[in-house]
Amino acid sequence: MELLAFGDTGWGDELFRATLMTIAVSITAMLIGFSFAAIFTPLKLSKFKFLNLIANIYTTVIRGVPELLVIYLFFFGGSGAIMFVASMFGYNEYIEINAFVTGSFAIGIISGAYSTEVFRGAIQSIDKGQFEAAKVLGFSKFKQFYKIVLPQMLRLAIPNLSNIWQITLKDTSLISVTGLVEIMRQSYIAAGSTRDPLFFYSFAAVLYLSLTFISMKLINKLEVKYSRGY
Amino acid sequence: MDFELMINSFPKLLNAAVVTLKLLSVSLIVGLFIGLLFAILRLNKNIFINKFAYGYSYVFRGTPLLVQIFIIYFGLGQIESLRYSFLWLILKEPYWCAIIAFALNTGAYTSEILRSAFQTIKPGIIEAGKSLGISNKIIFYKVQIPIAIRQSLPAYGNEIILMLKGTSLASTVTLMDLTGVAKYIISTTFKPIEVFIVAGGIYLFMTFIIHNLIKFLEKKYSY
Repeated sequence: MELLAFGDTGWGDELFRATLMTIAVSITAMLIGFSFAAIFTPLKLSKFKFLNLIANIYTTVIRGVPELLVIYLFFFGGSGAIMFVASMFGYNEYIEINAFVTGSFAIGIISGAYSTEVFRGAIQSIDKGQFEAAKVLGFSKFKQFYKIVLPQMLRLAIPNLSNIWQITLKDTSLISVTGLVEIMRQSYIAAGSTRDPLFFYSFAAVLYLSLTFISMKLINKLEVKYSRGY
Repeated sequence: MDFELMINSFPKLLNAAVVTLKLLSVSLIVGLFIGLLFAILRLNKNIFINKFAYGYSYVFRGTPLLVQIFIIYFGLGQIESLRYSFLWLILKEPYWCAIIAFALNTGAYTSEILRSAFQTIKPGIIEAGKSLGISNKIIFYKVQIPIAIRQSLPAYGNEIILMLKGTSLASTVTLMDLTGVAKYIISTTFKPIEVFIVAGGIYLFMTFIIHNLIKFLEKKYSY
């Protein structure tokens, strides 16, 4: 137990900070994923075949390729890509992007592909009459989305989004390969310096379990809130 | 775009894909048995057996696969008595450690898939069997299992694809699977995009094959 003490003698405070880092990366990745979904869901539902194709390529490729490979792509290719863009604007110095940004972007793009599919399914299962009624009542496109589509969509999407949240939370463990100090990386460091990998990796498992357990409880509350009236 | 690198790395990556497929198939076969066992335990009326099976699937589904591999590969070697037992012959190999972790992980997901499939079987079908005087055992093997397998095919297909992606984690315990070789080529040539296209393409091709195979089976066993 003294291995988990806070302060200089144990790894308690380090692991606590690492847990906060895992939560921060997961939330950032989830939000990045939502913004990707906000772009690609309309493309998926568009009438134009070409736009459909772009969105389909995005979701198929990302969902068919291992997360670790995507992370390596961003880890090794991220700063190169940014430097290439910067060089077009005449900036030729070396740019290093930090592990938090690369990590949450890589995981965000992955969770975005899954979110896109969920939102597409949710919107498609809204009754067509709802759209027609909104049109008849003279709602603008914007108002139609916020007042009619979004509330119904969220009710249908939340159970699936909670799955995606769990997947995203677990995927963040893969960012440890880039050196970002989250739960997995911190356990690796602690295990290396105390020569007690069994204890630290098991403790990491406990931390992940509690994170998924707590977030499930919170999401269930949200689910109840959005299914009022059903 | 460095096309030469892409062409040169293709055979290397294809060889590595064989390792990936081996890892996948062995862990899927073992995982299927574990999943079936725990699905049956989940349907048991004894509350302890039931809770045990639920706990197993909860723990393995609630923690990242990476943690599970690390516990088995780095952690178990710490237990002294294990190091001197015959099990050490298996546990010292990263290959078998990865397979144990994958099989336990996919077993947990498979048990959930099969359990829900068993529960969706209409009681009337089982009652019909009983009224025809067929023994419970035969009803289970000849009626419940085939129906459950058919019911769980779509979900199991997703699980196979998730597991295919999961095998990429074998590269973290020094195995040179498709992702491991891809990472090695990337870190020696610093051409991530080219390698990603080739390795990603091979993964996508495998996903495509699995997807269509499952679709074919679904059609074949539809009723």
